[in-house]
Amino acid sequence: MRSRDINVWRNLDWWIVALYTVLVFAGWVSIYAASYNFDDVSIVDMASRSGKQLMWITLAFGLGAMIMMIDARSFETLAPLMYFVMLGVLLLTIFIAPDVKGSRSWLVLGPVSIQPAEFGKFVCALMLGYLFNTYNFILTKPKNFIKAVLIVLIPFGLIVMQRETGSALVYLSFVLVFYREGMSGLVMIAGLCAILFFVIGVKYGNEIVGITELGPAVVLQMILLVLIGMVYFFVKNRAAARNMLIGMAAMLGIAFLIDKWIPLDFVYVGLFMCGAAVVYLVLLYLQLRYAKYLIVGGFSIAFMIFLFSVDYAFNDVLEPHQQIRIKVALGMEDDPRGAGYNVNQAKIAIGSGGLTGKGLLNGTQTKLKYVPEQDTDFIFCTIGEEEGFVGSVFVLILFLILIMRLIHLAERQRSIFARVYGYCVVSVFAMHVLINVGMVIGLCPVIGIPLPFFSYGGSGLWSFSILLFIFLRLDASRMESY
Amino acid sequence: MRKNYELEKRQYIIGGGIALIILIYVIRLFTLQVLDSDYKKFADSNAFLKKTLYPSRGMIYDRNGELLVYNQPAYDLMMVMREVKPFDTLDLCNTLNISKEQFDKRIQDIKNRRLNPGYSSYTPQTFLNQLSGKDYGLLQEKLFKFPGFYIQNRTIRQYNYFTAPHILGNIREVSRRDIEKDDYYQRGDYTGDLGVEKSYESYLRGQKGIEILLRDAHGRLKGRYEDGAFDEAPVSGKNLKLSIDVELQQYAELLMQNKIGAVVAIEPETGEILAMVSSPSYNPAELVGRERGKNYLKLTKDPYKPLYDRAISAAYPPGSTFKPTQGLIGLQEGIIDANTAIGCSNGYVVGKFRLGCHPHPSPLGLVPSLATSCNAYFCAVFRMMVDNRKKYSTIQEGFDQWKDYLVSMGYGYKTGIDLPSESRGFIPNSNYYNKVFKTDRWKSLNVVSISIGQGEVLSTPLQIANLSATIANRGYYVTPHVVKEIQDTLLPEEFVKKHYPMVDRKHYETIVDGMAMAVTGGTCRIGAIPGITVAGKTGTAQNPHGKDHSAFMGFAPIENPKIAIAVYVENAGFGATYAVPIGSLVMEKYLNGSIAPERLWLEDRMVNANTMIFSNIRK
Repeated sequence: MRSRDINVWRNLDWWIVALYTVLVFAGWVSIYAASYNFDDVSIVDMASRSGKQLMWITLAFGLGAMIMMIDARSFETLAPLMYFVMLGVLLLTIFIAPDVKGSRSWLVLGPVSIQPAEFGKFVCALMLGYLFNTYNFILTKPKNFIKAVLIVLIPFGLIVMQRETGSALVYLSFVLVFYREGMSGLVMIAGLCAILFFVIGVKYGNEIVGITELGPAVVLQMILLVLIGMVYFFVKNRAAARNMLIGMAAMLGIAFLIDKWIPLDFVYVGLFMCGAAVVYLVLLYLQLRYAKYLIVGGFSIAFMIFLFSVDYAFNDVLEPHQQIRIKVALGMEDDPRGAGYNVNQAKIAIGSGGLTGKGLLNGTQTKLKYVPEQDTDFIFCTIGEEEGFVGSVFVLILFLILIMRLIHLAERQRSIFARVYGYCVVSVFAMHVLINVGMVIGLCPVIGIPLPFFSYGGSGLWSFSILLFIFLRLDASRMESY
Repeated sequence: MRKNYELEKRQYIIGGGIALIILIYVIRLFTLQVLDSDYKKFADSNAFLKKTLYPSRGMIYDRNGELLVYNQPAYDLMMVMREVKPFDTLDLCNTLNISKEQFDKRIQDIKNRRLNPGYSSYTPQTFLNQLSGKDYGLLQEKLFKFPGFYIQNRTIRQYNYFTAPHILGNIREVSRRDIEKDDYYQRGDYTGDLGVEKSYESYLRGQKGIEILLRDAHGRLKGRYEDGAFDEAPVSGKNLKLSIDVELQQYAELLMQNKIGAVVAIEPETGEILAMVSSPSYNPAELVGRERGKNYLKLTKDPYKPLYDRAISAAYPPGSTFKPTQGLIGLQEGIIDANTAIGCSNGYVVGKFRLGCHPHPSPLGLVPSLATSCNAYFCAVFRMMVDNRKKYSTIQEGFDQWKDYLVSMGYGYKTGIDLPSESRGFIPNSNYYNKVFKTDRWKSLNVVSISIGQGEVLSTPLQIANLSATIANRGYYVTPHVVKEIQDTLLPEEFVKKHYPMVDRKHYETIVDGMAMAVTGGTCRIGAIPGITVAGKTGTAQNPHGKDHSAFMGFAPIENPKIAIAVYVENAGFGATYAVPIGSLVMEKYLNGSIAPERLWLEDRMVNANTMIFSNIRK
């Protein structure tokens, strides 16, 4: 047991520190540019947003230094306590936070407002690390799996109740950690398929060719392809997969032929084909007594149920403004005053930047206040407009390097606690960057979450800094045996 | 530590997946920024100017369709800082009647981001609001000399009758807090302040529209975006029809001039308020236009507090107007019936305790006790009730039952009238007295004065009028309200529903008899109206602020009540001196349309009386 004598500063990963510094200061300049008016005096004027952000940044470095002083082991020991305190605070917030434009997520303590959901991320990550590191923990055991899922879903639910769906969605990114720690890859594939089917189901839900509803018909064929893929890669019965592929092609061919004379509803054709595939899989199971056939069959049935509940989920579970945001992202609806207006303006701002941009402080689209929340959620617009393709790709690559470096650090940890925590950090950063940038360039629905280190605000900057520095602290002590 | 090489490989899938999405984003950025030049053109030549189109605010009518409040055009002078070029400042200042210093100060304020957080030198900022038509005319001719200045049309309120400011309310510019609370508002918008303008804001304001215009990089307008396909027309606010009768309102205000107090008149059957006066009053038109700030300050500094709506916000001791409630409770509890007589020896005397009364025959039954306003009778009934140990095991239990009766009659809580800043009055509960006496062993005699509306009980004139309406209806009331109809919208359920107090309806007729007798041969004789049967009850409330308050409640006609009223005049002495005449004149005016010739002397005396001199307040 040697710990105190290890020099934290020498073992610190200075790569990450350097990346952090570059990103934070690039963010600071962007905030200055986004809130700049020609008559403003200075980037450090304390009344301006850039001046305030500089103060947050300075304090964040101080915070980082403080975290480095803490004994690395205390993070794990304190994790459960911190986790339950956080749940309490999140619950309390629902009741005592003032209503700010429909969301009840900000705690006002005198002059400062903080958003507990932001700080909940690192606490939740520590708790996951704590759980995974308990003796004899194997994620695939149902009891353990349920525990781990609950650790994520409880804060998720509380934050949804604060009407901060965007922040809550970030917690779902921890699925990456589950995957890394042994959750079946099938779950990931199923998740991706679900998203894909959802998108196609919604986008083509109302388009009709002949007497066929295009959406479900296409999805059914895709389900078949996924089934065949699973038989090929997962069950590894290549002959069966080939037979199914041939059967599928043959049936489709026959259906198209008949369709020439008698119009067919291809939704029913697809259902029939999927049914046939399930029957075939059951027969294979009866013959070979190999359970994976039943799993694959079960998957296909689950997908079909999912497909036919998409309409219900979309119309009855999601709220109207969420439906609109999804429709806008799928290009199904123009909404020039609401979500669509924002995204459209964001795209114009970015697109007008060209290859090299208009130059710092020369963006007109963001200056004219066409782009909403230009120094918070939509700050990537300012970068796109003023620094152009070169600048925005540079920022994206910086984030990519950060994430890759974090994955590398996570993998070199010797304790499961630190590795799981590291992957949590990876997940949070990846989720924020991908969703935020995706939203601004019109590839994701508008989900109001900040771009790490760039979006204006102390609460966000600090929570990302704490998240990162705790991992650096754990990493600096990775050689200690504990 | 366990090593699992199979799982370790997953880092490449995770990393690869993230890298793949970033790659997709880079490609997307490439198409947006480099390949597709449309966006560049779009940004260069087309930028949106979202112009807000303001709806006209709903108008306000009285119950007979008389137009009370409408809109008049006003003109705000806007400036876009980027477009301002050197100009003759002095000329502008002279045209607008402001000094050079004021001009500079205003420019500083606009640019100060602390005062004006949404400031951008590219967007229009309000330089001066609500120019008069004359100033506007002068400026319009010269506007070309002042590049960067524009006129924005707005509407402000105009009043046809300078009456009922507490009911009508007025509008003001939104504050920062309003904007934070409701993102419908933008800087420079107007919102209702006080009165129905505030409580019906969401109906009156309508829905703003928007016109999307295109402009080039120099800010020049290039026409409408997509030929106005995305424009939205403003939706006018909904008109309100008040239940107020403006003629009656003005008459009541006339009678109340130079007096401090309130008049509330209700149509009993519907709960509609026919007139509601708080005196001293002010002219609602004073709070319109650029003089608003100055006048508002003047009104807040006035020691008689004209902005204070005494009719619903002031909590007064109800005095003897409270006695009918005690009669009703006694009847319902079965302690007395209509014929129970109780003796009075010039006051209520128990041992050394004495609460005075005025001379009248003794003993008296309930009806003559109401007519003569005997204190002893109601003190005795109150004590019999709360000390009824057969029914209530402790005084606390009895007292809380007493309190519940009064709450069911609309006392002690807000009635829920559709106006802001209503007071709830005060009806104590047993806990309150446990604390006051620091023991739970207090006696009914300690608190007996509340049974005649003195002591701790407080009520608003509205609550007194509501009791009058309840008795007129023989046992129910509808929550009082001042809005009769909202254009195209149903009136909220609570203004239609009948509330039944905890007293059976059969008991009310006795109380009505008592109140009728008060007018025919009791304390309210001066309130008799030729040709109409009137029920009434005086009140003379002792108070720590000087001379007694004069109070009256009543209704008419007795058989088929059309109007129920409460009048409260501060420091005016006996109920019969001021409150009864004012109340009966208002009822007479409403029912007959005019005052009988033999009562014109009374009207004259009321109009000319000044009771403010009896108040302790001095200017």
